[in-house]
Amino acid sequence: MSHHKVRITVNGTAGEDEVEARQLLVHYLRETRGLTGTHVGCDTSNCGACTVLLDGRTVKSCTVFTVTADGTDVLTVEGLDEHGEMSPVQQGFQACHGLQCGYCTPGMVMSATGLLLEQPDPDDDAIRDGIEGNLCRCTGYDMIVDSVRWAAAHGGAGTAATAHAEGKV
Amino acid sequence: MGSMVGASVVRKEDPALLTGRGTFVDDIRLSGTVHMVFVRSYTAHARILSIDTTGAARLPGVLGVWTNADLEGLPASRSVPGMQRPCLAKDTVHFVGEPVAVVVATDRYLAADAAEAVLVEYEDLPVMASIAAATAEGATPIMDGLPSNVVLEQQLSATDAEAELAAAPHRLAIALVNQRCAAVPMEPTVCLADWQSSGLTIWATSQTPHHMRNEIAQMFGLSQQEVRFVAPDVGGGFGAKASFYPEFLLTAELSRRLRRPVKYVETRSENMTSMVHGRAQEHDVEVGFDDEGHLLALRVRITQDCGGWPDSTGIGLPTLTSFMSGGCYKIPTIAPSFRSVVTNTTPVGSYRGAGRPEASYMIERVVDHVAAELGIDPLDVRRRNFVQPGEMPYATQFEGIVYDEADFPGALDKLLEHVDYEALRTEQAARREDPTAPLLGIGFSTFVEMGGFGPTPLFEQFGYVGGWESANVRLNVDGSAVIKVGTSPHGQGHQTAFAQIVADQLSVPFERITLIHGDTATVQEGIGTMGSRGVPVGGSAVFKAANKVRDKAIRIAAHMLEADESDIELADGRFSVRGAPDQGVDMAEVAVRAFKPHLLPDGFDLGLDETAFHEPTNLSYPSGAHCCVVEIDRDTGKVLIRRYVAVDDCGVVINPLMAKGQIHGGVAQGIAQALIEEVTYAENGQPGAGTLVDYTVPSAKDLPRYETDHLVTPTSFNPLGAKGLGESGATAAPQAVVNAVVDAMGHLGVRTIDMPCTPQKVWRVLNAALAAHENGS
Repeated sequence: MSHHKVRITVNGTAGEDEVEARQLLVHYLRETRGLTGTHVGCDTSNCGACTVLLDGRTVKSCTVFTVTADGTDVLTVEGLDEHGEMSPVQQGFQACHGLQCGYCTPGMVMSATGLLLEQPDPDDDAIRDGIEGNLCRCTGYDMIVDSVRWAAAHGGAGTAATAHAEGKV
Repeated sequence: MGSMVGASVVRKEDPALLTGRGTFVDDIRLSGTVHMVFVRSYTAHARILSIDTTGAARLPGVLGVWTNADLEGLPASRSVPGMQRPCLAKDTVHFVGEPVAVVVATDRYLAADAAEAVLVEYEDLPVMASIAAATAEGATPIMDGLPSNVVLEQQLSATDAEAELAAAPHRLAIALVNQRCAAVPMEPTVCLADWQSSGLTIWATSQTPHHMRNEIAQMFGLSQQEVRFVAPDVGGGFGAKASFYPEFLLTAELSRRLRRPVKYVETRSENMTSMVHGRAQEHDVEVGFDDEGHLLALRVRITQDCGGWPDSTGIGLPTLTSFMSGGCYKIPTIAPSFRSVVTNTTPVGSYRGAGRPEASYMIERVVDHVAAELGIDPLDVRRRNFVQPGEMPYATQFEGIVYDEADFPGALDKLLEHVDYEALRTEQAARREDPTAPLLGIGFSTFVEMGGFGPTPLFEQFGYVGGWESANVRLNVDGSAVIKVGTSPHGQGHQTAFAQIVADQLSVPFERITLIHGDTATVQEGIGTMGSRGVPVGGSAVFKAANKVRDKAIRIAAHMLEADESDIELADGRFSVRGAPDQGVDMAEVAVRAFKPHLLPDGFDLGLDETAFHEPTNLSYPSGAHCCVVEIDRDTGKVLIRRYVAVDDCGVVINPLMAKGQIHGGVAQGIAQALIEEVTYAENGQPGAGTLVDYTVPSAKDLPRYETDHLVTPTSFNPLGAKGLGESGATAAPQAVVNAVVDAMGHLGVRTIDMPCTPQKVWRVLNAALAAHENGS
């Protein structure tokens, strides 16, 4: 298996690593960069627990080879922090009880953040469309929809995500 | 400070989970960790002729490859005597996905490579992939030494109700299937074992860390103190993480052999075939009733598909189904019996509701059948048969199954305050006349289930030490409090709920209360989280421990204030003398004083640190009434849920926000069972639902908004008055949806449809009914 050098910026921190060609981005984030907030829930890109923002777009990091992310800027759930405060999306999930076990939550939060970057004021249908690729087994989704609507009304995607997206537009 | 119990407090556990700083098992990093990967059977029933591990063992990074023969002496999982499952298949494989060998390598990618290189030669045996196949004449017995595939058979009543059925004015036979479902917690099974000379530490995705500690200690011949089992953040369980899995034992054994931490991370595809499935029951029902729909006799013959090995929890589930077969109705004669059948499929265990949803689906479908047969409203049949509030507690015919306080008719009345039933029926009639309009169906579910599991005699049957729960509450010298509790949550919000309970009892601010759970090194005793036992049993233990601390603190305060204990009041974190509010001491002062023996009454036991156990004398019985309104597209058969309304009676609600979350989640899983989910097998035992591509867990687009309300009938069976509600939604919803689907097509003579009501199935039933209707008219 061949190895390749990659330069990937994660949450504003540049990194240069040698990775195996077949390594998935989610494993790079978790194992190489030590950012375990991004989770793995399936092998088929159905569950969305591994969702991150890559150059401003939501991607399922289990469907991206690390080598193909060379030169990109990745934002994970750990990067949403705003000077010690949770981002509006994160706050919305707490205020509206949009999580239970919390396993799908980082991916769900990243998808919701990506959605609000594209559509700052989505209606319920648009929210359901936007998070359709993320499975949650605990909540039944209703309060996740409420959480995203709460976030839209309280600052949207948030400053860290907006800065990340603008850096790449 | 107002009462915290009953307040919609946001959860303490959320910030860590929302910022990626939660600690799930795969997030734990121990230096030197190596990775275990299984070689799993690709065939459903076969004799293992040979396993060649030599090629795999030579691959880069591989530390070893083991088969059953290499693990002599490693005990099997607890099960029905004579049917204990070995960690790795011995001689024969029983289902696709059964582990036959295991590889450990320095990296999980390398371990997966090596697992691919293990060569297993099988000689195929006849596959019994369904109840029908396993019980057919001449079926091949799956279990060595057993003449048939029926591994357990029991009649739970003195009569088979034949005389009562024969005497009833009407008699109806109904066949119902509660299809096999998968729990699909978003986090699959993961474990990390580190065997040191001082003992074994194992972190694993489990709902029952203490039970697992006890099992592992016994299996390895260790003292319980030598095994530390930790369930950190757990990504959902839904009952399926209450079972004991061979990987817990294997990682431990291989860590002992390799002297390194060994980690196992299940893939989703593995999870779909190796984590226990739920439901998988077939019901042959006969019901006798009179002209008004009074139910007179019920005979239920249950056949459970228990999969390739009887799971120690799974095997007990038909008993619970039998106990609950009368639902919330007074039926003079109930005759349940069951048989459990092994098949060449994944073992069946508990899944949200575990045995009760099956009963509830059965009796609620029966009630609708009776209504249809007599041409009367399904609500009238329900009302005529309800156990009445004045008859509570209601002793069913089954010993020890006593329904606590409840108001079944009241729940239905409250539901109908939210639903304009008459208007819906009018709309339904209009739509039936308009061939371009989608059909409308209205379905009800009035249900009762079991919560607050124990008591101990019941839990002993599942191999547990007890059915109680333990809690310790300690007041620190700064006035903050720590709770240790034996329940081990996986999304239920125990940190928040239990802090609310303690905040009220000790008048300590909610923010200053911490919960420790899920680690047998810090919480000495416990049973676990399943069967809605968190608040009713765990919460009751917390309540009792907090009360003991409070009583002791009052004694100290009385001594400090030179007053009589009976005159001490506690409010807003301050003890004062009744009638003299200026005289007082605050909680922190009392906590400090608790450690100063020279300033306390003689013989005072130092510290404010109390442990309490709560043994439920009885189960609690959450109940309620749900209504589902569906629209069926005539061209595609797709069922759209237009409204879902749930009125639940879980007794006292600790946190309405979290209660709503539990109901939503349960209802979502119930709707999914009714419309979408099914684990299927081909005749050759190949799973048709091996990934999330072919087992479709619903997304946000597939589920409706939910409307919820509560009826509060506190239970007298525990000091909090709480019944639990984690399983209510999953218990109530399937039949609310299916009753609505059948109701939508009832005018065409449709009486039944099996779950899941997929568009194709509904379309077929609808078109067959239309054709028959046109031919008949």
